[in-house]
Amino acid sequence: MRRSFATRRRFALLAPFALFAALFAFPACGGDDDDDVVATATAAATLAPTGTPSPTPTPKLGGSMILATTTSTQDSGLLDVLVPMFTKEMGVEVKVIAVGTGAALEMGAKGDADAVLVHAPASEKKYVDQGDLVEGVLVMHNDFIIVGPAGDPAKAKGSADLKAALVAIAAAGPFISRGDDSGTHKAELQLWKDAGIDPKAAVKDRAETGQGMGATLNVADQRLAYTLTDRATFLAQSKNLKLIVVFEGASSLLNIYHGYVVSPTKFPKVQAAQARAFLAFLIAPETQKVIGEFKKAEFGQSLFIPDAGKRVEDLGK
Amino acid sequence: MDALWDGLKEALRLIGTGDAGLREVAWRTIVVSGSATLLALLAGVPAGYALARARFPGRTILIGLVNTGMGMPPVVIGLVVWLFLVRSGPFGDLNLIYTKRAMVIAQFLIATPLVVGFTAAAVQALPPQLPDLLQHLGAGRLASLWITAKEAHLGILAAVMAGFGAAISEIGASMTVGGNLQGETRVLTTAIVTESSRGQNAEAIALGLVLLVMAFGVNLLLTVVQQRRAA
Repeated sequence: MRRSFATRRRFALLAPFALFAALFAFPACGGDDDDDVVATATAAATLAPTGTPSPTPTPKLGGSMILATTTSTQDSGLLDVLVPMFTKEMGVEVKVIAVGTGAALEMGAKGDADAVLVHAPASEKKYVDQGDLVEGVLVMHNDFIIVGPAGDPAKAKGSADLKAALVAIAAAGPFISRGDDSGTHKAELQLWKDAGIDPKAAVKDRAETGQGMGATLNVADQRLAYTLTDRATFLAQSKNLKLIVVFEGASSLLNIYHGYVVSPTKFPKVQAAQARAFLAFLIAPETQKVIGEFKKAEFGQSLFIPDAGKRVEDLGK
Repeated sequence: MDALWDGLKEALRLIGTGDAGLREVAWRTIVVSGSATLLALLAGVPAGYALARARFPGRTILIGLVNTGMGMPPVVIGLVVWLFLVRSGPFGDLNLIYTKRAMVIAQFLIATPLVVGFTAAAVQALPPQLPDLLQHLGAGRLASLWITAKEAHLGILAAVMAGFGAAISEIGASMTVGGNLQGETRVLTTAIVTESSRGQNAEAIALGLVLLVMAFGVNLLLTVVQQRRAA
Protein backbone atom coordinates (compact mmCIF):
# COMPACT_ATOMS: atom_id res chain seq x y z
CA MET A 1 0.00 0.00 0.00
CA ARG A 2 2.50 2.57 1.16
CA ARG A 3 4.93 1.76 -1.62
CA SER A 4 2.46 2.33 -4.42
CA PHE A 5 1.82 5.77 -2.99
CA ALA A 6 5.51 6.57 -3.08
CA THR A 7 5.85 5.59 -6.75
CA ARG A 8 2.90 7.72 -7.63
CA ARG A 9 4.47 10.71 -5.97
CA ARG A 10 7.62 10.30 -7.95
CA PHE A 11 5.61 10.49 -11.17
CA ALA A 12 3.91 13.63 -9.96
CA LEU A 13 7.29 15.20 -9.31
CA LEU A 14 8.36 14.51 -12.89
CA ALA A 15 5.36 16.31 -14.35
CA PRO A 16 6.78 19.84 -14.28
CA PHE A 17 9.87 18.79 -16.20
CA ALA A 18 7.87 16.99 -18.86
CA LEU A 19 5.70 20.08 -19.23
CA PHE A 20 8.62 22.39 -19.58
CA ALA A 21 9.82 20.24 -22.47
CA ALA A 22 6.34 20.37 -23.99
CA LEU A 23 6.42 24.15 -23.79
CA PHE A 24 8.88 24.36 -26.64
CA ALA A 25 6.41 22.62 -28.85
CA PHE A 26 3.50 24.76 -27.65
CA PRO A 27 1.46 25.70 -30.72
CA ALA A 28 -0.79 28.55 -29.54
CA CYS A 29 1.84 31.22 -30.06
CA GLY A 30 4.31 29.64 -32.40
CA GLY A 31 5.91 30.64 -35.64
CA ASP A 32 2.74 30.19 -37.71
CA ASP A 33 1.04 33.35 -36.58
CA ASP A 34 4.23 35.36 -36.92
CA ASP A 35 3.55 35.37 -40.65
CA ASP A 36 0.19 36.98 -39.97
CA VAL A 37 1.99 39.62 -37.99
CA VAL A 38 4.18 40.47 -40.95
CA ALA A 39 1.07 40.57 -43.11
CA THR A 40 -0.55 42.96 -40.64
CA ALA A 41 2.50 45.19 -40.57
CA THR A 42 2.56 45.22 -44.36
CA ALA A 43 -1.11 46.09 -44.48
CA ALA A 44 -0.47 48.91 -42.02
CA ALA A 45 2.32 50.19 -44.25
CA THR A 46 -0.05 50.31 -47.20
CA LEU A 47 -2.40 52.49 -45.17
CA ALA A 48 0.36 54.67 -43.75
CA PRO A 49 0.04 58.29 -44.80
CA THR A 50 3.73 58.61 -45.65
CA GLY A 51 3.12 57.92 -49.33
CA THR A 52 5.64 55.20 -50.04
CA PRO A 53 6.67 55.05 -53.69
CA SER A 54 5.38 52.11 -55.68
CA PRO A 55 7.70 49.18 -55.00
CA THR A 56 10.17 48.24 -57.68
CA PRO A 57 9.78 44.61 -58.75
CA THR A 58 12.98 43.43 -57.02
CA PRO A 59 12.85 39.88 -55.66
CA LYS A 60 11.99 39.90 -51.96
CA LEU A 61 14.74 38.85 -49.59
CA GLY A 62 12.58 37.47 -46.75
CA GLY A 63 13.78 36.27 -43.38
CA SER A 64 14.04 38.28 -40.20
CA MET A 65 16.63 40.37 -38.39
CA ILE A 66 17.26 42.06 -35.06
CA LEU A 67 17.93 45.80 -35.06
CA ALA A 68 19.41 47.13 -31.81
CA THR A 69 18.80 50.83 -31.59
CA THR A 70 18.27 53.78 -29.31
CA THR A 71 15.15 54.86 -27.49
CA SER A 72 15.04 58.15 -29.43
CA THR A 73 14.39 56.48 -32.79
CA GLN A 74 11.57 54.52 -31.15
CA ASP A 75 10.09 57.22 -28.88
CA SER A 76 9.95 59.71 -31.75
CA GLY A 77 7.97 57.18 -33.81
CA LEU A 78 10.40 57.26 -36.76
CA LEU A 79 10.97 53.51 -36.86
CA ASP A 80 7.22 52.86 -36.78
CA VAL A 81 7.20 54.51 -40.20
CA LEU A 82 10.46 53.18 -41.67
CA VAL A 83 10.29 49.53 -40.57
CA PRO A 84 6.91 48.74 -42.20
CA MET A 85 8.19 50.40 -45.42
CA PHE A 86 11.25 48.15 -45.38
CA THR A 87 9.24 45.04 -44.53
CA LYS A 88 6.88 45.75 -47.41
CA GLU A 89 9.73 46.31 -49.83
CA MET A 90 11.98 43.39 -48.92
CA GLY A 91 9.75 40.96 -47.02
CA VAL A 92 12.17 41.07 -44.08
CA GLU A 93 10.71 41.05 -40.60
CA VAL A 94 12.61 43.50 -38.35
CA LYS A 95 12.70 43.01 -34.58
CA VAL A 96 13.43 46.48 -33.24
CA ILE A 97 15.01 46.36 -29.80
CA ALA A 98 15.05 49.90 -28.41
CA VAL A 99 17.67 50.23 -25.69
CA GLY A 100 20.31 52.81 -24.88
CA THR A 101 23.19 53.22 -27.31
CA GLY A 102 25.56 51.56 -24.82
CA ALA A 103 23.37 48.45 -24.60
CA ALA A 104 22.79 48.43 -28.37
CA LEU A 105 26.56 48.49 -29.00
CA GLU A 106 27.05 45.66 -26.49
CA MET A 107 24.41 43.57 -28.28
CA GLY A 108 26.41 44.14 -31.46
CA ALA A 109 29.66 43.18 -29.76
CA LYS A 110 28.16 39.82 -28.67
CA GLY A 111 26.52 39.09 -32.00
CA ASP A 112 23.07 39.32 -30.39
CA ALA A 113 21.85 41.72 -33.08
CA ASP A 114 22.23 41.88 -36.86
CA ALA A 115 22.36 45.63 -37.31
CA VAL A 116 22.67 48.62 -34.99
CA LEU A 117 21.48 52.21 -35.40
CA VAL A 118 23.18 54.36 -32.77
CA HIS A 119 24.27 57.91 -31.97
CA ALA A 120 27.53 58.00 -30.00
CA PRO A 121 30.36 58.30 -32.59
CA ALA A 122 33.13 58.32 -29.96
CA SER A 123 31.92 55.03 -28.41
CA GLU A 124 31.14 53.47 -31.78
CA LYS A 125 34.78 53.86 -32.80
CA LYS A 126 35.91 51.27 -30.24
CA TYR A 127 33.53 48.62 -31.63
CA VAL A 128 34.50 49.45 -35.21
CA ASP A 129 38.21 49.13 -34.28
CA GLN A 130 37.54 45.76 -32.62
CA GLY A 131 35.88 44.58 -35.83
CA ASP A 132 32.47 43.95 -34.16
CA LEU A 133 30.69 46.51 -36.30
CA VAL A 134 31.34 46.82 -40.02
CA GLU A 135 30.12 48.67 -43.09
CA GLY A 136 29.11 51.80 -41.17
CA VAL A 137 26.98 54.42 -42.88
CA LEU A 138 26.04 57.95 -41.86
CA VAL A 139 22.24 57.98 -41.77
CA MET A 140 20.97 61.25 -40.31
CA HIS A 141 21.45 63.79 -37.56
CA ASN A 142 19.52 66.13 -35.40
CA ASP A 143 20.80 68.04 -32.41
CA PHE A 144 20.83 68.00 -28.68
CA ILE A 145 19.29 70.92 -26.86
CA ILE A 146 19.43 72.00 -23.25
CA VAL A 147 15.97 72.47 -21.80
CA GLY A 148 14.93 73.81 -18.44
CA PRO A 149 12.07 75.21 -16.34
CA ALA A 150 10.04 78.06 -17.80
CA GLY A 151 11.51 80.72 -15.48
CA ASP A 152 15.10 79.70 -16.30
CA PRO A 153 16.38 80.34 -12.75
CA ALA A 154 19.98 79.66 -13.81
CA LYS A 155 19.77 82.42 -16.46
CA ALA A 156 21.26 79.99 -18.98
CA LYS A 157 19.25 81.47 -21.81
CA GLY A 158 21.22 84.02 -23.74
CA SER A 159 24.58 82.65 -22.60
CA ALA A 160 27.40 83.65 -24.96
CA ASP A 161 28.42 80.07 -25.60
CA LEU A 162 27.74 76.49 -24.54
CA LYS A 163 30.36 76.57 -21.79
CA ALA A 164 28.82 79.66 -20.20
CA ALA A 165 25.39 78.00 -20.26
CA LEU A 166 26.76 74.84 -18.61
CA VAL A 167 28.59 76.84 -15.95
CA ALA A 168 25.39 78.73 -15.13
CA ILE A 169 23.36 75.50 -14.89
CA ALA A 170 26.02 73.72 -12.82
CA ALA A 171 25.93 76.56 -10.28
CA ALA A 172 22.14 76.79 -10.03
CA GLY A 173 20.89 73.22 -10.63
CA PRO A 174 19.00 70.98 -10.47
CA PHE A 175 20.05 68.90 -13.48
CA ILE A 176 18.49 65.56 -14.44
CA SER A 177 20.76 63.12 -16.27
CA ARG A 178 19.76 60.01 -18.21
CA GLY A 179 22.38 57.97 -16.36
CA ASP A 180 21.70 54.94 -18.58
CA ASP A 181 24.82 54.76 -20.76
CA SER A 182 22.72 55.92 -23.72
CA GLY A 183 24.03 58.11 -26.51
CA THR A 184 22.46 61.14 -24.86
CA HIS A 185 24.04 60.26 -21.52
CA LYS A 186 27.45 59.84 -23.16
CA ALA A 187 26.98 63.21 -24.91
CA GLU A 188 26.06 64.88 -21.61
CA LEU A 189 29.18 63.55 -19.87
CA GLN A 190 31.32 64.72 -22.79
CA LEU A 191 29.82 68.23 -22.62
CA TRP A 192 30.64 68.57 -18.90
CA LYS A 193 34.15 67.26 -19.57
CA ASP A 194 34.72 69.74 -22.40
CA ALA A 195 33.52 72.57 -20.15
CA GLY A 196 35.94 71.47 -17.40
CA ILE A 197 33.13 70.65 -14.96
CA ASP A 198 33.05 67.44 -12.91
CA PRO A 199 29.43 66.27 -13.26
CA LYS A 200 29.49 64.16 -10.07
CA ALA A 201 30.91 66.88 -7.85
CA ALA A 202 30.42 70.30 -9.38
CA VAL A 203 26.84 70.21 -10.71
CA LYS A 204 24.33 71.25 -8.07
CA ASP A 205 21.53 68.70 -7.44
CA ARG A 206 22.38 66.47 -10.41
CA ALA A 207 20.33 63.25 -10.39
CA GLU A 208 20.29 60.26 -12.77
CA THR A 209 17.05 58.58 -13.80
CA GLY A 210 18.53 55.51 -15.52
CA GLN A 211 15.55 55.69 -17.89
CA GLY A 212 14.76 56.66 -21.47
CA MET A 213 14.48 60.21 -22.80
CA GLY A 214 10.71 60.44 -22.50
CA ALA A 215 10.71 59.43 -18.84
CA THR A 216 13.70 61.68 -18.08
CA LEU A 217 11.97 64.70 -19.64
CA ASN A 218 8.97 64.06 -17.43
CA VAL A 219 11.18 63.95 -14.33
CA ALA A 220 12.94 67.19 -15.32
CA ASP A 221 9.57 68.81 -16.00
CA GLN A 222 8.19 67.87 -12.60
CA ARG A 223 11.35 68.68 -10.64
CA LEU A 224 11.75 72.08 -12.42
CA ALA A 225 15.16 70.91 -13.56
CA TYR A 226 17.45 71.25 -16.58
CA THR A 227 18.30 68.35 -18.83
CA LEU A 228 19.97 67.50 -22.14
CA THR A 229 17.62 66.02 -24.73
CA ASP A 230 17.60 65.21 -28.40
CA ARG A 231 15.33 67.59 -30.28
CA ALA A 232 13.15 64.84 -31.77
CA THR A 233 12.02 63.39 -28.46
CA PHE A 234 11.55 66.87 -26.95
CA LEU A 235 9.32 68.02 -29.83
CA ALA A 236 7.35 64.79 -29.80
CA GLN A 237 6.72 65.20 -26.06
CA SER A 238 6.43 68.99 -25.90
CA LYS A 239 2.65 69.11 -25.59
CA ASN A 240 2.96 67.48 -22.16
CA LEU A 241 5.91 69.55 -20.94
CA LYS A 242 6.38 73.03 -19.53
CA LEU A 243 10.13 72.91 -20.21
CA ILE A 244 11.64 75.50 -22.56
CA VAL A 245 14.76 75.42 -24.75
CA VAL A 246 17.51 77.35 -22.94
CA PHE A 247 20.47 76.60 -25.21
CA GLU A 248 20.86 75.27 -28.75
CA GLY A 249 22.98 75.50 -31.86
CA ALA A 250 26.58 74.70 -30.81
CA SER A 251 28.48 72.35 -33.11
CA SER A 252 29.28 69.98 -30.21
CA LEU A 253 25.51 69.53 -29.74
CA LEU A 254 25.18 67.63 -33.02
CA ASN A 255 23.50 64.25 -32.54
CA ILE A 256 24.74 61.96 -35.29
CA TYR A 257 23.21 58.58 -36.16
CA HIS A 258 25.23 55.84 -37.82
CA GLY A 259 24.07 52.41 -38.92
CA TYR A 260 26.32 49.32 -38.85
CA VAL A 261 26.17 45.66 -39.82
CA VAL A 262 27.28 43.34 -37.02
CA SER A 263 30.33 41.50 -38.33
CA PRO A 264 29.20 38.26 -40.02
CA THR A 265 32.79 36.97 -40.10
CA LYS A 266 33.06 37.32 -36.31
CA PHE A 267 29.51 36.10 -35.60
CA PRO A 268 28.39 33.49 -38.17
CA LYS A 269 24.75 33.61 -36.95
CA VAL A 270 24.37 37.23 -38.07
CA GLN A 271 21.75 37.70 -40.79
CA ALA A 272 24.13 39.75 -42.90
CA ALA A 273 22.06 39.93 -46.10
CA GLN A 274 19.05 41.30 -44.20
CA ALA A 275 21.18 43.72 -42.18
CA ARG A 276 22.90 45.03 -45.32
CA ALA A 277 19.55 45.41 -47.06
CA PHE A 278 18.25 47.44 -44.09
CA LEU A 279 21.22 49.82 -44.12
CA ALA A 280 20.93 50.18 -47.90
CA PHE A 281 17.25 50.97 -47.37
CA LEU A 282 18.04 53.62 -44.72
CA ILE A 283 20.31 55.57 -47.07
CA ALA A 284 18.20 55.11 -50.21
CA PRO A 285 16.96 58.47 -51.60
CA GLU A 286 13.25 57.68 -51.04
CA THR A 287 13.86 56.68 -47.41
CA GLN A 288 16.03 59.73 -46.79
CA LYS A 289 13.19 61.90 -48.08
CA VAL A 290 10.76 60.22 -45.66
CA ILE A 291 13.23 60.79 -42.79
CA GLY A 292 13.50 64.50 -43.64
CA GLU A 293 9.72 64.92 -43.90
CA PHE A 294 8.94 62.89 -40.77
CA LYS A 295 6.54 64.92 -38.57
CA LYS A 296 7.76 68.13 -40.25
CA ALA A 297 4.20 69.29 -40.83
CA GLU A 298 3.27 68.68 -37.21
CA PHE A 299 6.19 70.52 -35.59
CA GLY A 300 7.12 73.04 -38.30
CA GLN A 301 10.67 71.64 -38.43
CA SER A 302 12.35 68.36 -39.28
CA LEU A 303 12.97 66.00 -36.37
CA PHE A 304 15.84 64.34 -38.27
CA ILE A 305 18.03 65.73 -41.07
CA PRO A 306 18.88 63.03 -43.65
CA ASP A 307 22.64 62.78 -44.24
CA ALA A 308 23.30 59.87 -46.60
CA GLY A 309 26.50 60.37 -48.57
CA LYS A 310 27.61 63.38 -46.51
CA ARG A 311 30.77 63.59 -44.42
CA VAL A 312 30.52 63.94 -40.64
CA GLU A 313 32.84 66.99 -40.74
CA ASP A 314 30.39 68.85 -43.00
CA LEU A 315 27.31 68.42 -40.79
CA GLY A 316 25.64 71.46 -39.27
CA LYS A 317 27.38 73.86 -41.64
CA MET B 1 -5.83 67.35 -13.28
CA ASP B 2 -6.67 68.34 -16.86
CA ALA B 3 -4.26 65.79 -18.24
CA LEU B 4 -5.86 63.05 -16.16
CA TRP B 5 -9.40 64.05 -17.13
CA ASP B 6 -8.64 64.50 -20.84
CA GLY B 7 -6.71 61.24 -20.81
CA LEU B 8 -9.64 59.45 -19.25
CA LYS B 9 -12.12 60.87 -21.78
CA GLU B 10 -9.89 59.95 -24.72
CA ALA B 11 -9.32 56.53 -23.17
CA LEU B 12 -13.06 55.86 -22.94
CA ARG B 13 -13.46 57.02 -26.55
CA LEU B 14 -10.74 54.60 -27.70
CA ILE B 15 -12.30 51.74 -25.79
CA GLY B 16 -15.81 52.69 -26.92
CA THR B 17 -14.88 52.73 -30.61
CA GLY B 18 -13.06 49.40 -30.25
CA ASP B 19 -9.74 50.83 -31.47
CA ALA B 20 -8.07 48.14 -33.58
CA GLY B 21 -4.62 48.61 -32.07
CA LEU B 22 -6.02 48.39 -28.57
CA ARG B 23 -7.99 45.23 -29.35
CA GLU B 24 -4.95 43.59 -30.91
CA VAL B 25 -2.70 44.28 -27.90
CA ALA B 26 -5.42 43.17 -25.46
CA TRP B 27 -5.98 39.91 -27.32
CA ARG B 28 -2.25 39.18 -27.46
CA THR B 29 -2.00 39.81 -23.72
CA ILE B 30 -4.72 37.24 -23.04
CA VAL B 31 -3.12 34.67 -25.35
CA VAL B 32 0.35 35.04 -23.81
CA SER B 33 -0.63 35.29 -20.15
CA GLY B 34 -3.42 32.71 -20.57
CA SER B 35 -1.00 30.18 -22.14
CA ALA B 36 1.54 30.81 -19.41
CA THR B 37 -1.08 30.37 -16.69
CA LEU B 38 -2.44 27.20 -18.28
CA LEU B 39 1.04 25.66 -18.47
CA ALA B 40 1.79 26.82 -14.93
CA LEU B 41 -1.36 25.03 -13.79
CA LEU B 42 -0.54 21.81 -15.62
CA ALA B 43 2.91 21.79 -14.05
CA GLY B 44 2.20 23.51 -10.76
CA VAL B 45 -0.88 21.68 -9.47
CA PRO B 46 0.65 18.17 -9.64
CA ALA B 47 3.93 19.53 -8.29
CA GLY B 48 2.14 21.31 -5.44
CA TYR B 49 0.18 18.17 -4.66
CA ALA B 50 3.33 16.08 -4.61
CA LEU B 51 5.13 18.61 -2.47
CA ALA B 52 2.29 18.57 0.06
CA ARG B 53 1.90 14.80 0.24
CA ALA B 54 5.29 13.26 -0.40
CA ARG B 55 8.05 12.91 2.18
CA PHE B 56 11.58 12.91 0.77
CA PRO B 57 14.98 14.31 1.75
CA GLY B 58 15.33 17.97 0.89
CA ARG B 59 11.56 18.57 0.91
CA THR B 60 11.83 21.49 3.31
CA ILE B 61 14.52 23.10 1.17
CA LEU B 62 12.33 22.64 -1.91
CA ILE B 63 9.36 24.26 -0.15
CA GLY B 64 11.67 27.10 0.85
CA LEU B 65 12.73 27.50 -2.78
CA VAL B 66 9.10 27.54 -3.94
CA ASN B 67 8.25 30.18 -1.34
CA THR B 68 11.19 32.28 -2.50
CA GLY B 69 10.05 31.81 -6.10
CA MET B 70 6.63 33.20 -5.14
CA GLY B 71 8.28 36.52 -4.37
CA MET B 72 10.91 36.47 -7.10
CA PRO B 73 11.09 39.79 -8.97
CA PRO B 74 9.88 39.10 -12.54
CA VAL B 75 12.66 41.25 -13.96
CA VAL B 76 15.26 38.83 -12.53
CA ILE B 77 13.49 35.90 -14.19
CA GLY B 78 13.34 37.96 -17.38
CA LEU B 79 17.07 38.62 -17.25
CA VAL B 80 17.91 34.94 -16.71
CA VAL B 81 15.57 33.78 -19.51
CA TRP B 82 17.06 36.48 -21.77
CA LEU B 83 20.61 35.28 -21.04
CA PHE B 84 19.59 31.71 -21.90
CA LEU B 85 17.67 32.50 -25.08
CA VAL B 86 19.73 35.33 -26.56
CA ARG B 87 21.73 34.43 -29.64
CA SER B 88 25.02 34.23 -27.74
CA GLY B 89 23.39 32.22 -24.93
CA PRO B 90 23.15 28.42 -24.50
CA PHE B 91 19.74 28.14 -26.24
CA GLY B 92 20.38 30.85 -28.83
CA ASP B 93 19.98 28.41 -31.72
CA LEU B 94 16.30 27.87 -30.86
CA ASN B 95 15.62 31.43 -32.10
CA LEU B 96 13.13 31.98 -29.30
CA ILE B 97 14.33 35.39 -28.15
CA TYR B 98 11.91 38.27 -28.90
CA THR B 99 8.98 35.97 -29.58
CA LYS B 100 5.71 35.33 -27.77
CA ARG B 101 7.04 31.88 -26.85
CA ALA B 102 9.88 33.49 -24.93
CA MET B 103 7.34 35.59 -23.07
CA VAL B 104 5.26 32.50 -22.27
CA ILE B 105 8.37 30.79 -20.88
CA ALA B 106 9.20 33.78 -18.65
CA GLN B 107 5.63 34.21 -17.42
CA PHE B 108 5.36 30.45 -16.88
CA LEU B 109 8.41 30.63 -14.61
CA ILE B 110 6.88 33.58 -12.76
CA ALA B 111 3.45 31.99 -12.30
CA THR B 112 4.50 28.40 -11.51
CA PRO B 113 5.94 28.96 -8.01
CA LEU B 114 2.70 30.76 -7.08
CA VAL B 115 0.59 27.86 -8.35
CA VAL B 116 2.82 25.28 -6.61
CA GLY B 117 2.81 27.24 -3.34
CA PHE B 118 -0.95 27.84 -3.25
CA THR B 119 -1.72 24.25 -4.26
CA ALA B 120 0.64 22.78 -1.66
CA ALA B 121 -0.88 24.97 1.04
CA ALA B 122 -4.41 23.98 0.01
CA VAL B 123 -3.61 20.27 -0.05
CA GLN B 124 -1.84 20.43 3.29
CA ALA B 125 -4.88 22.09 4.79
CA LEU B 126 -6.95 18.96 4.00
CA PRO B 127 -7.46 16.34 6.73
CA PRO B 128 -4.24 14.27 6.90
CA GLN B 129 -6.24 11.04 6.98
CA LEU B 130 -7.72 11.69 3.51
CA PRO B 131 -5.22 9.64 1.42
CA ASP B 132 -5.56 6.56 3.62
CA LEU B 133 -9.33 6.95 3.71
CA LEU B 134 -9.48 7.07 -0.09
CA GLN B 135 -7.30 3.95 -0.24
CA HIS B 136 -9.59 2.04 2.07
CA LEU B 137 -12.62 3.10 0.07
CA GLY B 138 -10.90 1.57 -2.95
CA ALA B 139 -10.48 4.76 -4.99
CA GLY B 140 -8.08 4.39 -7.90
CA ARG B 141 -5.08 6.61 -8.49
CA LEU B 142 -6.84 9.12 -10.76
CA ALA B 143 -10.03 9.04 -8.73
CA SER B 144 -8.26 9.90 -5.50
CA LEU B 145 -6.30 12.69 -7.19
CA TRP B 146 -9.55 14.08 -8.54
CA ILE B 147 -11.28 13.87 -5.15
CA THR B 148 -8.32 15.58 -3.47
CA ALA B 149 -8.37 18.31 -6.12
CA LYS B 150 -12.10 18.82 -5.55
CA GLU B 151 -11.58 19.03 -1.81
CA ALA B 152 -8.78 21.58 -2.30
CA HIS B 153 -10.56 23.55 -5.06
CA LEU B 154 -10.78 26.81 -3.10
CA GLY B 155 -7.03 26.93 -2.82
CA ILE B 156 -6.42 25.74 -6.37
CA LEU B 157 -8.68 28.46 -7.81
CA ALA B 158 -6.79 30.95 -5.67
CA ALA B 159 -3.64 29.52 -7.27
CA VAL B 160 -5.07 30.16 -10.76
CA MET B 161 -5.93 33.75 -9.85
CA ALA B 162 -2.54 34.42 -8.31
CA GLY B 163 -0.71 32.88 -11.30
CA PHE B 164 -2.75 34.73 -13.92
CA GLY B 165 -2.54 37.97 -11.95
CA ALA B 166 1.24 37.73 -11.75
CA ALA B 167 1.58 36.86 -15.44
CA ILE B 168 -0.69 39.57 -16.82
CA SER B 169 0.55 42.42 -14.63
CA GLU B 170 4.22 41.59 -15.06
CA ILE B 171 6.31 43.97 -17.14
CA GLY B 172 10.07 43.60 -16.66
CA ALA B 173 10.36 40.09 -18.06
CA SER B 174 7.97 40.71 -20.96
CA MET B 175 9.96 43.78 -21.94
CA THR B 176 13.32 41.99 -21.73
CA VAL B 177 12.55 38.69 -23.43
CA GLY B 178 9.75 39.91 -25.74
CA GLY B 179 11.46 43.11 -26.84
CA ASN B 180 8.14 45.04 -26.90
CA LEU B 181 7.89 44.61 -30.68
CA GLN B 182 4.98 46.45 -32.22
CA GLY B 183 2.39 44.06 -33.66
CA GLU B 184 4.31 41.07 -32.35
CA THR B 185 5.26 40.98 -28.69
CA ARG B 186 3.81 44.23 -27.37
CA VAL B 187 1.37 43.46 -24.55
CA LEU B 188 -0.72 45.78 -22.38
CA THR B 189 1.93 46.47 -19.73
CA THR B 190 4.78 47.13 -22.15
CA ALA B 191 2.48 49.19 -24.38
CA ILE B 192 1.66 51.38 -21.36
CA VAL B 193 5.37 52.09 -20.85
CA THR B 194 5.85 52.86 -24.55
CA GLU B 195 2.87 55.20 -24.78
CA SER B 196 3.71 57.07 -21.59
CA SER B 197 7.35 57.54 -22.61
CA ARG B 198 6.04 58.96 -25.89
CA GLY B 199 3.79 61.35 -23.99
CA GLN B 200 0.63 59.63 -25.30
CA ASN B 201 -1.10 59.72 -21.93
CA ALA B 202 -4.61 59.03 -23.21
CA GLU B 203 -3.51 55.84 -24.95
CA ALA B 204 -1.60 54.82 -21.82
CA ILE B 205 -4.67 55.33 -19.64
CA ALA B 206 -6.86 53.43 -22.12
CA LEU B 207 -4.47 50.49 -22.06
CA GLY B 208 -4.35 50.64 -18.27
CA LEU B 209 -8.14 50.58 -18.04
CA VAL B 210 -8.34 47.59 -20.37
CA LEU B 211 -5.74 45.79 -18.25
CA LEU B 212 -7.70 46.49 -15.08
CA VAL B 213 -11.01 45.42 -16.58
CA MET B 214 -9.42 42.26 -17.98
CA ALA B 215 -7.79 41.30 -14.67
CA PHE B 216 -11.02 42.05 -12.83
CA GLY B 217 -13.11 40.07 -15.31
CA VAL B 218 -10.98 36.95 -15.05
CA ASN B 219 -10.82 37.14 -11.27
CA LEU B 220 -14.57 37.78 -11.00
CA LEU B 221 -15.27 34.71 -13.12
CA LEU B 222 -12.97 32.54 -11.02
CA THR B 223 -14.35 33.98 -7.77
CA VAL B 224 -17.91 33.19 -8.88
CA VAL B 225 -16.88 29.60 -9.60
CA GLN B 226 -15.00 29.41 -6.31
CA GLN B 227 -17.77 30.79 -4.15
CA ARG B 228 -20.54 28.80 -5.83
CA ARG B 229 -18.68 25.56 -5.21
CA ALA B 230 -17.92 26.65 -1.68
CA ALA B 231 -21.59 27.36 -0.94
